[in-house]
Amino acid sequence: MSQYVLRRLLIAIPSLLGISVVLFVVLALAPGDPFSELATNPNVPPEVQAALRAKFGLDDPIHLRYLHWLNAMLHGDWGFSFVSRMNVDALILQRLPATLYVIGSAQILALLIAIPVGVYAATKPYSLFDQIANTLAFVGFSLPTFFTGILFILIFSVTLDWLPFVYTTDIKATGIHWVLEMIRQAIMPVAVLGLFQAASMTRFVRSAMLDVIRLDYVTTARAKGLGQATVIVKHVMRNAMIPVVTLIALQMPAVFGGAIVTEQIFRIPGIGSLLISSILSNDTPVVMAVTFVFACLVVLFNLIADVLYGWLDPRISLR
Amino acid sequence: MAPLLEIKGLKTHFSTDDGILQAVDGVDISINKGETLCVVGESGCGKTVTAMSILKLIAMPPGRIAAGQIIFEGRDLVPLTSNQLDEIRAKEIGFIFQEPMTSLNPVLTIGEQIAESLRRHEAVTRKQALERTIEMLKLVQIPNAEGRVHNYPHQFSGGMRQRVMIAMALACRPKLIIADEPTTALDVTIQAQILDLLQDMKERFGMAVMLITHAMGVVAETAQRVVVMYAGKVVEEAPVDDLFGDPRHPYTQGLIRSIPRIDLDSEHKTRLEAIGGSVPILINPPVGCRFAPRCKFAMNVCTEKEPLLREIAPGHRMACHLGDTSVGAAS
Repeated sequence: MSQYVLRRLLIAIPSLLGISVVLFVVLALAPGDPFSELATNPNVPPEVQAALRAKFGLDDPIHLRYLHWLNAMLHGDWGFSFVSRMNVDALILQRLPATLYVIGSAQILALLIAIPVGVYAATKPYSLFDQIANTLAFVGFSLPTFFTGILFILIFSVTLDWLPFVYTTDIKATGIHWVLEMIRQAIMPVAVLGLFQAASMTRFVRSAMLDVIRLDYVTTARAKGLGQATVIVKHVMRNAMIPVVTLIALQMPAVFGGAIVTEQIFRIPGIGSLLISSILSNDTPVVMAVTFVFACLVVLFNLIADVLYGWLDPRISLR
Repeated sequence: MAPLLEIKGLKTHFSTDDGILQAVDGVDISINKGETLCVVGESGCGKTVTAMSILKLIAMPPGRIAAGQIIFEGRDLVPLTSNQLDEIRAKEIGFIFQEPMTSLNPVLTIGEQIAESLRRHEAVTRKQALERTIEMLKLVQIPNAEGRVHNYPHQFSGGMRQRVMIAMALACRPKLIIADEPTTALDVTIQAQILDLLQDMKERFGMAVMLITHAMGVVAETAQRVVVMYAGKVVEEAPVDDLFGDPRHPYTQGLIRSIPRIDLDSEHKTRLEAIGGSVPILINPPVGCRFAPRCKFAMNVCTEKEPLLREIAPGHRMACHLGDTSVGAAS
């Protein structure tokens, strides 16, 4: 098993290198660079601009610039954000907790809704409960988060004034009040993202359960007199969760991507909003670093999905 | 002596988009203690549904036991809830399924799957259950039982898996084993081994066996009594020797004639006789005898009046108008 993981990590190196080349080239082809703003600033003389560009090697051929970037990355130097005036790694670490807090809570909320609802709906297919769950799930994943987000803000912040619609990291409170305020401001983004995730996940859990529930070994389990709950949990769920777990692991990078929109709506200072603001301000080192982190997440979660698959299904041996 | 299990007038129906499918339509079967009863008939005749109805293992809905009684040791199982039946499942009546490849849960070890039945029905610790499981595996002749108990189903061959299924069905020492085509999915050589094993186990534990099959060879080998089913009904029932020696129902005669014979020399060998046509669809079945459209001896009465099971010799019953003087037919 550990050998398998090690080998997979080694295989990941060339793919990450490939991804970084593509990202680098795309960003190099994009108009503007961190110093393009200097050009419009009349206070900076052209010779100073030229000296700075030469110093940072911005006009070097692209392959030299890439090797330069790669070399720096390998030494743990993620670059410097000219907009925020701080190191990129520090900037990302500063923004990451807010993203993890919101996305993590949203994923947990989604699982807490999707698994019980999906499982129960599958045990009583075409019942009233199942029909309602299906309809709500359909509505849920048909509504984009930017719509539900704004709707929530309109209802719960503007009209009812129950919840804040701007997420702040510097809450002026301590102790229990700080905790409560953190929860209060996360309710809407977590609900928007979590319900959206839960909708598609519920349908997936339900269909995975229905696939298994009709299989012969479930009848065998029933014939042992185990009782409905044991049959469902031990024999049906255990098998149905194999594709579900894999799907969730594979979806995680997409969830990070989807969170960008939610972060924008609720002004969450997370990694997604960092990406957007960096793109808008031509902060290339940050854009490069954040997209590269997303790429690493994709590779990592693919690996996690495979390992989980091998762990859940004894028929698959990871060699 | 009262039979161990008595099925009376069982009707199991399924609702489909096209109407009610009468898969089992008024079946009477009884099994005595320690007896091997074979239920034969071609695919779709309702033999599996009959067996599954006993422990309500059919999907409900769309399935439904529309009428009848299933009396096991003096107690009618039909009105029982699924929870109440759980006390009888595996403990009193064990089940062996047709497909050993798909009847075991792929993500649990076989030991766990056998032991869970023991732990459900008997007050045993985990350790005792494991010991009993190993003992059962030895009994069904699985080599290296101590090591194999922790293996997963995919690590066993089809024959070995069927042995595991037998060990599982026998674990709680049920009084009746229902084996639904236990050898159909296996190689011929393995089939014989599994039937022998089943026979051994039956003698060792004194259980009754209800063996569902469509192979007449298996019937001749194992049964004491035979029930022949056709299109959801019992058409003939007899002790095994009577059935093979003196089959009365045209369908039974056809079944027996369709067995390949190797004991005849080449001059007497003829083409195997097949029964023409196929089983009727059991949604709005025709009135009268359901075999009539395929029957060589069909008379007018056959399509008008349903033949009822009647005793023609001690222990030998059949449902056919042939030779029934009350309808004015000559034999």
